[in-house]
Amino acid sequence: MGVEGIGARVARKEDKRFLTGKGRYTDDMSVPGMKYAIFVRSPHAHAKIKSIDATAAKAMPGVIDVLDGKQLTADGIGNLICGWMIHSKDGSPMKMGAWRPLADETVRYVGDAVAVVVADSVNEARDAAEAVIVDYDPLPVVTDPVKALADGQPQLHPEAPNNLIFDWELGDAAATDAAIAAAAHVTEVKILNNRLSPNAMEPRAALGIYDSGDDHYTCYTTSQNPHVARLVMSAFYNVAPENKLRVIAPDVGGGFGSKIYIYPEEIVCLWASKRTGVPVKWTCDRTEAFLTDAHGRDHVSTVKMAFDSSNKITALKVDTIANLGAYMSLFSSCVPTYLYATLLSGQYDIPAIHANVRTVYTNTAPVDAYRGAGRPEATYLLERTMETAARELGLSPAELRRINFIRSFPHQTPVIMNYDAGDYEASLKAAMAAADWDGFTARKAEAERRGMKRGIGMSCYIEACGLAPSSAVGSLGAGVGLWESAEVRVNAVGTIEVMTGSHSHGQGHETTFAQLVADRFGVPIDSVNIVHGDTDKVQMGMGTYGSRSGAVGMSAVVKALDKVEAKAKKIAAHLMEADESDIVIENGELKVAGTDKSVPWFQMALAAYTAHNLPAGMEPGLKEGAFYDPSNFTFPAGCYICEVEVDPDTGQTEIVQFVAADDFGNIINPMIVEGQVHGGLAQGIGQALLEGVHYDPDTGQLLTASYQDYAMPRADNLPSFKVSTSNTPCPNNPLGVKGCGEAGAIGSPPALINAITDAIGNNALTMPATPEKVWAAAHAAN
Amino acid sequence: MAKITMTVNGRQVSGMCDDRTLLVHFIRENLGLTGTHVGCETSQCGACVIHMDGLSVKSCSILAVQAAGSSITTIEGLAKDSELHPVQAAFKAHHGLQCGFCTPGMVMTAVDMIARHGSSLDEATVRAELEGNICRCTGYHNIVKAILAAAAEMGGLRQAAAE
Repeated sequence: MGVEGIGARVARKEDKRFLTGKGRYTDDMSVPGMKYAIFVRSPHAHAKIKSIDATAAKAMPGVIDVLDGKQLTADGIGNLICGWMIHSKDGSPMKMGAWRPLADETVRYVGDAVAVVVADSVNEARDAAEAVIVDYDPLPVVTDPVKALADGQPQLHPEAPNNLIFDWELGDAAATDAAIAAAAHVTEVKILNNRLSPNAMEPRAALGIYDSGDDHYTCYTTSQNPHVARLVMSAFYNVAPENKLRVIAPDVGGGFGSKIYIYPEEIVCLWASKRTGVPVKWTCDRTEAFLTDAHGRDHVSTVKMAFDSSNKITALKVDTIANLGAYMSLFSSCVPTYLYATLLSGQYDIPAIHANVRTVYTNTAPVDAYRGAGRPEATYLLERTMETAARELGLSPAELRRINFIRSFPHQTPVIMNYDAGDYEASLKAAMAAADWDGFTARKAEAERRGMKRGIGMSCYIEACGLAPSSAVGSLGAGVGLWESAEVRVNAVGTIEVMTGSHSHGQGHETTFAQLVADRFGVPIDSVNIVHGDTDKVQMGMGTYGSRSGAVGMSAVVKALDKVEAKAKKIAAHLMEADESDIVIENGELKVAGTDKSVPWFQMALAAYTAHNLPAGMEPGLKEGAFYDPSNFTFPAGCYICEVEVDPDTGQTEIVQFVAADDFGNIINPMIVEGQVHGGLAQGIGQALLEGVHYDPDTGQLLTASYQDYAMPRADNLPSFKVSTSNTPCPNNPLGVKGCGEAGAIGSPPALINAITDAIGNNALTMPATPEKVWAAAHAAN
Repeated sequence: MAKITMTVNGRQVSGMCDDRTLLVHFIRENLGLTGTHVGCETSQCGACVIHMDGLSVKSCSILAVQAAGSSITTIEGLAKDSELHPVQAAFKAHHGLQCGFCTPGMVMTAVDMIARHGSSLDEATVRAELEGNICRCTGYHNIVKAILAAAAEMGGLRQAAAE
């Protein structure tokens, strides 16, 4: 692998700028004449806008202009859209209500933007925003998704009676019902998956720059996928045609899904820049982020799992209500459907599965993909159900899972997915050994003597990553293809630039993508630059989410490297008068195998550009591009084990150990993979133990709108983790990689809740397992 | 408006700002030192930690005018002659950062923590003292490792210097 090649634990190239304060985030950008935007937001969760009076605000010091939804509508700016069409089981299309970038008639959640103030300074803009008088006529509010479906509730969008967006199903209902009727045992569980706020540490921001000389727009924005932002803003929002719009996502401080979507603010900053004639920058504050960043999860489900007399699962039936908030965000429809129900087979051989999913509008922030996106919801449901079943059947958690593991591949599940490779027993064994599962009984007895309740729980997860085969997702309703593109440019001096449509916002692509090149050509990674995040520099791209950068983004780089390698060998063969099939590339040299003849990499590159002595008919230069469209999803899987001690007097849970054993296929940089797992675990543990978005059910006011109200995981809430990997290479991409970005957040919540419920002897516990809830559940059990 | 003067990273600087301007905005907007970040407005996240007269301070919870006359070190002032400070080097070696946004505050907090505890730092103390710094990427695992490694190294350096 070499010291910098594939598999090497290489320290990150990008770290120096972040460590020395030289990172370049959107809010760090400053251009001449730049002014500042502050949004006027609805304080009501549901109201008609009667009038907006900005007269006083416009007269305040430093104010350039105050713009509202009527002007935006008059200028032809389009509605925000959801880009994945789902049809209900009756064949009708999903009911997409209008989402205006600035609400012009109705506001539907607290934080809905109604106007924007542009001023010389943030303080002046903020003062003026306070002075904009919006006359609202408040309407009744509904925040609970189950309640929202009932008759007589407030209606959010005229298109969606009873707030129902779609009523969708997957799988064979008749076969599932028949298997449940014939079962030896049926486990029934109600599952709540709590609503979360993603909380990337960098708040969202946008800088819109309109150049009237060229009628051209530039947008700096906190995006995980700048090309998608450009496409959507031009094709659907009518901000500017694609060739007149440059989107730059510079350093981005975390995403976790929340920066996939195109929000009203970047649209408005671009539009306002044209209206006012000045560059307009907006930076979100944390409360605005809690109010307006797309939330995650928020499912209510009932589950029936049927077993035969030998404890084999015969069927799984799931009914889910998913809260999508006030509007359909960009990918909101695919999260509780094709990213969720398709994973309900887990690691198990289940002959019949049926899932019914209803999605619902409520007077809350839009809900969309958040780290894991559908797969954490599927895993939590399945692994809590397995744990419950094991307890009911009197089996150990491992035994019930082993009885039901899929053991041969490829495996076709009843819910679309075709698993290509895996070894679930291997990760189960590795996790149980690392956790010293067999020693738990003694540890529990020792804890008991100290008056503490000790519990252990596991979770065996699977996810589908590497999003995604374009024709497959197209047939399921996706409005875009999910390929990736790359371009490899070898300069005349032999240094190399890789332009990738993947976007790094913490994942370390500038290092791992360079490792691919170092591995291939034996050049140092310092001679390789990874260019990303700018639609003017990078040809095309679909961005980073769904753990796709390795499996899809790197595969595109590999395809481009293949082409570069082929041409480089032709040039070298010509220079050395050898046969190109005899050329090998090693340690930065092109050699004729079995001889001492060689050409240094840089000399070959120079020859490509001087073009003095190239093979007949060859074009000068050495730059190749490629698009890669995956043939299947990838299927990372693993086993997580959590051990806790609960203080029965306070309900406080301490995680005494957390073990993760993952199968990510081949690994490019183990240090970075471990870091991804650590971060995912923290987010999953946060969901299970601490985090939850709460709205007041009567007023729709967000009660958790700051870090003093929303419990983020902090260093003293978490243990150090024990992580390891096993490897069944993915057979469907050139690197054999599967993706590792979401696993931790997917697999960890059920392991933690299974451990706590084991400790307290009461299975009835919902996330987040706050001390109050754990104390009450522990005492109810006694 | 007020005119204030202070020493930042060893250089005397002056600027005009609103009375209500927070120190972090003075540092970012007036001085153009954008390494210090704003991640919240409730002094919870710690992305804005700087050193003021030798103390670790959240620069979002102090007015710029209160810092007049003080001596301030920001993340940009930590590395000397382009060589990383041992805490910065440890964060790199142990992969203690991902997106980099919380990193300046984490590093400034860690430098202060190590200055107060020295090489006697243990994991529980590091975790307790990081209570005021939020990271969403790393799960803190490698940040804790990096701080412990830097404390050990800096303790060793101090001891070597003393001998």
